[in-house]
Amino acid sequence: MRIAMTYTRIRTEERMLLDAFEQLGIDVTPIDLRLVVFNPHDLDDGETRWGQYNAVIDRSLSLTNTLTAVQMLEHYEIRCINPFRTIEICSDKLSTALALIRASVPTPPVRVATTSQSGLRGIEEIGYPVVLKPTIGSWGRLVARINDRDAAEAILEHRELLGSVQQSVFYIQEHIDKPGRDIRVFMVGQRPIAAITRSSEHWVTNTARGARTQGLAISDELADISCRAAAAVNADIVAVDLLECPRRGLLVNELNHSMEFRNSTDCTGVNIPEHVARHVAQIAEDTQTPTEITA
Amino acid sequence: MSQTATVKVNCPECDAAVGFERSPLNGEITHCSDCNSELEVVCTHPITLELAPEVEEDWGE
Repeated sequence: MRIAMTYTRIRTEERMLLDAFEQLGIDVTPIDLRLVVFNPHDLDDGETRWGQYNAVIDRSLSLTNTLTAVQMLEHYEIRCINPFRTIEICSDKLSTALALIRASVPTPPVRVATTSQSGLRGIEEIGYPVVLKPTIGSWGRLVARINDRDAAEAILEHRELLGSVQQSVFYIQEHIDKPGRDIRVFMVGQRPIAAITRSSEHWVTNTARGARTQGLAISDELADISCRAAAAVNADIVAVDLLECPRRGLLVNELNHSMEFRNSTDCTGVNIPEHVARHVAQIAEDTQTPTEITA
Repeated sequence: MSQTATVKVNCPECDAAVGFERSPLNGEITHCSDCNSELEVVCTHPITLELAPEVEEDWGE
């Protein structure tokens, strides 16, 4: 059984994962995607003999690298964790919302528009305050709470004139009056293994923005909605972010296909990287390599 | 895989010693405990550090 881990930077999470594989006695080859040349005509061309791997877990920091690599690897018929389609959905907030809506998983109401004029209409259909997000982005970047029409007009105009083409897709979400925290559930193999709350005085409760984490017991309700969210995107490994709405209960806000967990192992007492490593090994064990398939 | 070793190199920003408990991988991120700079291993033989790049638009989880 051979496993590779593709990456662009080795952060704390990637180091924890490599250590977990090592402690379990599982051989894993780290591959720096920045150095790879893919040949779509021959999977065994070049330095990396991709055909030898039963499974590849991607931990690239760059979404562009991830999508390129996983698309190529699935072209070679290598089992990727997560699958390309899962990453494609989770990395795009609109695609995530559509997948959740199709699966009847509760999620905050949204509107989507492509001009500042229709964006303003979308905002006022939901009613102030709203949250404007880029469809692709992470760590709370460029997420804006809009409290009134003056702010809405200014932000929409700025995004339209100064942002990239992608910034002119206005993803407008109802602002959920959460109790100073959100919830993250770590799903491995469609099973909730740990949960945390992320608390902050700021309305953005993201650990990349300084939110504090605390372990949380997984209730039946939390497990159920998280399992349904992970199943909606066919995720092997995913972090489900949820909001506690005073009126509608738990809502799935976002799904993270390459979850970060450095602040979540101590406070939950759960060895998250070990769970991930075991699950990846199980998938690899159950999967033939492309070389075996063609032999 | 990595090997157990204590390796020290100098921070490119403040010249303080930066230690690794084991041989790092290319692309490994570390911090200088003196100046708190975020550093990246850009070469492993010999170990060479540069300031880590700023966050890019498509980075995340």
